Amino acid sequence: MTDRLLITLTVNGEEHELLTPARRTLVDVLRHDLHLTGTHVGCEHGVCGACTILVDGAPARACLMFAVQAEGRQIRTVESLAGPDGLGDLQRKFSEHHALQCGFCTPGFLMLAEGFLADNPEPTREEIREAASSNLCRCTGYQTIVDAIGACADERRASCGAVCGRPADDPADERSRA
Amino acid sequence: MKPAAFTYHRARDVDGAVDLLSELGDDAKIIAGGQSLVPMMNFRLARPAHLVDVTALPGLSGISTDEEGLHIGPLTTHRAVETAPDSLLGPDHAVLREAMAWVGHLPIRTLGTVGGSLAHGDATAEWCLLAVLLDARVVVRGPGGAQRTIEAADLFLGFYMTTLAPDEVIVDVVFPRPAPHCALTEFAERAGDFAAVAAAVDLDLAADGTVRGGRVALGGVAPAPVRVPEAEAVLQNGGPAGPELFAACAEAAEAAIDPPSDADGSSDYRRVLARTLIVRACEEAAAR
Amino acid sequence: MTITHAAPQTGEVPEQKETWTGTAVRRKEDTRLLSGTGTFVDDVSLPRMVHAQFVRATVASGRLLSVDLSEVRRVPGVVAAYSAADLDLNDITAVLDRPIEEFVPTDMPILARDRVRFAGEPVAIVVAEDAYAAEDGVEAAQVEYEVLDAVPSEEVALSEGAPTVHDQAPDNTLLDVSMFATEGIDEVFDSAHYVVRLDTRSSRQNALPLETRGVVASWSARDENLLVQTCTQVPHTVRTAMARSLGLAENRVRVAVGDMGGGFGIKCVVGREEIAAAAAALRLGRPVKWIEDRKDALTASFLGREQHYDTRAAFDSEGRILALDADIVCDMGAYSCYPFTAGIEPLMASAEMPGVYKVPAYRVRARGITTNKAPTAPYRGVSRPQFVMAMERLFERAARELDLDPVEIRRRNVITQFPYTGVNAVTYDPGSYLEALNLAEQLVQDEGWYELRESAAAQGRTIGIGYCCFNERSGYGSDAFAKRKMSVVPGYDLAEARMDTSGTVVVSTGTLSHGQSHETTMAQIAADRLGLDPTQVKIQQGDTERIAYGWGTFASRSITIGGSAVSRAADKLGEKLMHIGSHMLETTPDNVELHDNTVRRIDDPDRAVSYVDIADIAYLRPNLLPKAIEPGLVGNGDFDTPGDGTFSNSTHAVVTELHPGTGKVEILRYLCVEDCGVAINPQVVDGQARGGIAQGIAGALYERITYDDQGEPSAASFIDYKVPTAAEIPDVAISHLETPSLLTESGAKGSGEGGTIGAPAAVVNSVNDALRHTGVEFDATPITPEQVQQALEAHS
Repeated sequence: MTDRLLITLTVNGEEHELLTPARRTLVDVLRHDLHLTGTHVGCEHGVCGACTILVDGAPARACLMFAVQAEGRQIRTVESLAGPDGLGDLQRKFSEHHALQCGFCTPGFLMLAEGFLADNPEPTREEIREAASSNLCRCTGYQTIVDAIGACADERRASCGAVCGRPADDPADERSRA
Repeated sequence: MKPAAFTYHRARDVDGAVDLLSELGDDAKIIAGGQSLVPMMNFRLARPAHLVDVTALPGLSGISTDEEGLHIGPLTTHRAVETAPDSLLGPDHAVLREAMAWVGHLPIRTLGTVGGSLAHGDATAEWCLLAVLLDARVVVRGPGGAQRTIEAADLFLGFYMTTLAPDEVIVDVVFPRPAPHCALTEFAERAGDFAAVAAAVDLDLAADGTVRGGRVALGGVAPAPVRVPEAEAVLQNGGPAGPELFAACAEAAEAAIDPPSDADGSSDYRRVLARTLIVRACEEAAAR
Repeated sequence: MTITHAAPQTGEVPEQKETWTGTAVRRKEDTRLLSGTGTFVDDVSLPRMVHAQFVRATVASGRLLSVDLSEVRRVPGVVAAYSAADLDLNDITAVLDRPIEEFVPTDMPILARDRVRFAGEPVAIVVAEDAYAAEDGVEAAQVEYEVLDAVPSEEVALSEGAPTVHDQAPDNTLLDVSMFATEGIDEVFDSAHYVVRLDTRSSRQNALPLETRGVVASWSARDENLLVQTCTQVPHTVRTAMARSLGLAENRVRVAVGDMGGGFGIKCVVGREEIAAAAAALRLGRPVKWIEDRKDALTASFLGREQHYDTRAAFDSEGRILALDADIVCDMGAYSCYPFTAGIEPLMASAEMPGVYKVPAYRVRARGITTNKAPTAPYRGVSRPQFVMAMERLFERAARELDLDPVEIRRRNVITQFPYTGVNAVTYDPGSYLEALNLAEQLVQDEGWYELRESAAAQGRTIGIGYCCFNERSGYGSDAFAKRKMSVVPGYDLAEARMDTSGTVVVSTGTLSHGQSHETTMAQIAADRLGLDPTQVKIQQGDTERIAYGWGTFASRSITIGGSAVSRAADKLGEKLMHIGSHMLETTPDNVELHDNTVRRIDDPDRAVSYVDIADIAYLRPNLLPKAIEPGLVGNGDFDTPGDGTFSNSTHAVVTELHPGTGKVEILRYLCVEDCGVAINPQVVDGQARGGIAQGIAGALYERITYDDQGEPSAASFIDYKVPTAAEIPDVAISHLETPSLLTESGAKGSGEGGTIGAPAAVVNSVNDALRHTGVEFDATPITPEQVQQALEAHS
């Protein structure tokens, strides 16, 4: 029996109304119903992190949530990171440090890092490494990913002083301000 | 790896959830953070016909303290505990905050819940181990509004089975006594994995650094988290907090347990890990 | 203790040079991949598309008695279900040019017919309106087997009276070749000062691209062809196999590859599921998508690496190797992969085992055996991680026995005169084997690790230092493959450079980037040849209707062969530009050069004509072209590496600490000295090295798939298959040497596999060095914490 539910999802600030079977995971709905294919699927059991998104600002696995459970929550995906002027600072740091090769794990790492830095704007390298160990990458050996996240934190700190952890032009929540 | 079909129910209050569970019977399962249940559903190792979503239940999230002890709402996420300020989670329960670093990875901790972890009953899970170590009480509500309290020692039957009835919902978790000299540590081959062995120690430490007693609990050495009376007896005999006492405690545990062998380690290896981890946990606990 | 980081730090952007080659140009791929706008196969969605999954064998060996799909077809959402009997598909058969005594060809049906040979083998395809219903359908299938005794291991496969996997191979041996046997080698062993014998093994692993396999197959009425959008390293090879299996002419099949989430060799062979999905699409007249799930990727795709070496080496009293004798068994699993066959790994090992060392006498027998396990593909490194570990272990063992320093024994044996033709009939082009070894040792000394090892030991800590010295043959040309008697010889590649009226260029190449950054590096190559900025060059790859022919990307062939073809195509285009330009400049072609989007006179550089102006004439005003010059601006190039290819080389040095009480192996320092000739983009080269090393460490310490007696695999999830994370993989300091290749157009050598080749031996040697006080030495990977703990405990 297929139980279909009418749900409303808020993704990257936009509301979407859709009819979905209860068993459809959030990542499948994002990718195949909302056509936001930047979020990837790597294992469907919560280990690889390719599907990592932000749920109410915190990194979470989109393969371990049913879409229906995401109602009423703020979802952010990789598609939200770039601004009108092009790539965001975190994305630029990933490019500068060659923190991606095939790019399949990259959206998950970006969203993991985005959520992590919002919570911890002044991380040590060890803290970054520990957070980065949440996701799998098969290409880079991780070093440049850790480098890129650290460089982004440094730049954000330098650009806005000791008060905040994210650039002023970021549309994201006030919540993360210290 | 797509789950089998199910009917979704969103409970509005605890009694509504209990009624649903009663009505739907064994085919229903509670879902909270879903971090243990959804992987099993995606593999179709679990295939409930009904899911009762309890995440919207009011009043079941948060940390507070009263004369009964420290209350943690079952819907509190691991991450909320990990980031709880001192005002909510003081030095007497700092171990709970510290232990959260061992729970999976950050994106798991943001959704996974304390109540979900206890109800799942994994023998290596941090909350199960802490509950057993610290005599936590799990308050549950069943049909007709009947509320009962399950002592952690009576909760876990092993192999992911608990004494929770299918139509009972956890409404509170109470840590009744302070544990200022308490620590949990683990070993897994890879960061964030389920522990091969987890050890937690709660020391009764006098101001002069003498150990007057204490508790030792292990995960991953039996179908459920266990306390180790033989090791606790060593602590009970007392002595200065230090390598000699900790080693004796750990060795007593090593001799007393009979862990299983599997892909993550043989029985002998787990015994060694238990010894190593108990010493580490004792050192950390004494240093608090 | 303070460690000085003597090695060059990476991540810095080198200064802009005169050429784009050698510059860390920002990757052209990055913008789309970072913004979530790439197009991976699962991102493709077509109108009326349906989704496929497979009913898979639940036993490792059995006779298929019945496949009943009637219940499947009744499942809501299921559109169709087909077994082998429903689809008339030709088998895939990979062959070698070898007699039957040496190689036994076997057929791989698209869906199992009569027999199943491994748990997870596809038995039927289920197509449904969504991926969820497809799995519902799979569960409803009723398949009956007569269960047969499984062959789950080398030991069973080669035992007397063993059950057989293929009737054609009664001894379960698909390849048995003795390529070399130096005359008099037995006498050398008999009279040698010291003979060491070693048994080394590596476990079965998964190459594990983060993107699993997948396909979207659709019939295009307008193009009258089957469009196969899939993630493969070898689009033309897939086209050929698919056309043959489906019984179509090749002009009825178009294979197109978009963005691809890694391959590492697992995607350089042809899969069965993609063909079954295409057959279903043809049958249904609807696009069919199949995305392999992780469980199937771990258990039922192509695996790799499981090898066993029984090796002897003879040494003189000075530690010089006199002879090498190896018996190699590669467990290739249930089927020969197409196009390479089950011979790929044993033949690679036989041909190259002597590696960087001067081995005067060599005898080798190598077998590829078949077992009831998922088949294998040539995973990054292809036997080299294994035979390099065998060689490096031999030298370590000999050094201990002869009381020599482990670096010194290597120094006495590495090849120093080039070109060098070895006992394995391979000619090595110039490299820096000794220099790399010396530099690695110097770095370890300068950073103080030897002192730390001693002082730490005094404090009861257990620290070891390990080395691995190796080369990486890259750019295998037709000669090199033909020597192995392959019937498919992927030695050359083609390229085309086409300039348009705006003076920008599209370069098509038969190679195919899936993480290696070719859109950037190939553009750098072409830009240098044409006097352009790389942003003016667009690379086209991976579509069989947009490139003439291509062998794809594997075996570190892309920059060497593909890059050289691109160079030549660009040169051809440049010649034409100069021809037309010189005509416009009223001089001869030998008096002009390409410079900054112009053709200019050498004798008078102020006189120049822009590419846009040349293109204007070449395309729009052909009446102004010089006589005998055709319209258009296109250059074609091809390249085939002569001789035995070109050899990169490297030395890795690893410092590990072993933790008592848990047996955890912690890598304190990882140093890599590498020489891949001219680095087109140094940042990309570093990335290949680091990523390769991470995979090598994974094999040395973490990853393993085992099978029980019934042939059931141990790992169906990432809980059981332990891919290391950022917490396990250390930072790697890379130092570069540069010995340009004389064989390739750019001087580049391949760099895709080296990290993976060297890491296992370096890590194992380091662990063994740390354990030197215990006498325990490990010769099999992965080394587990439990083993290390036992070794430490036994001695304490």
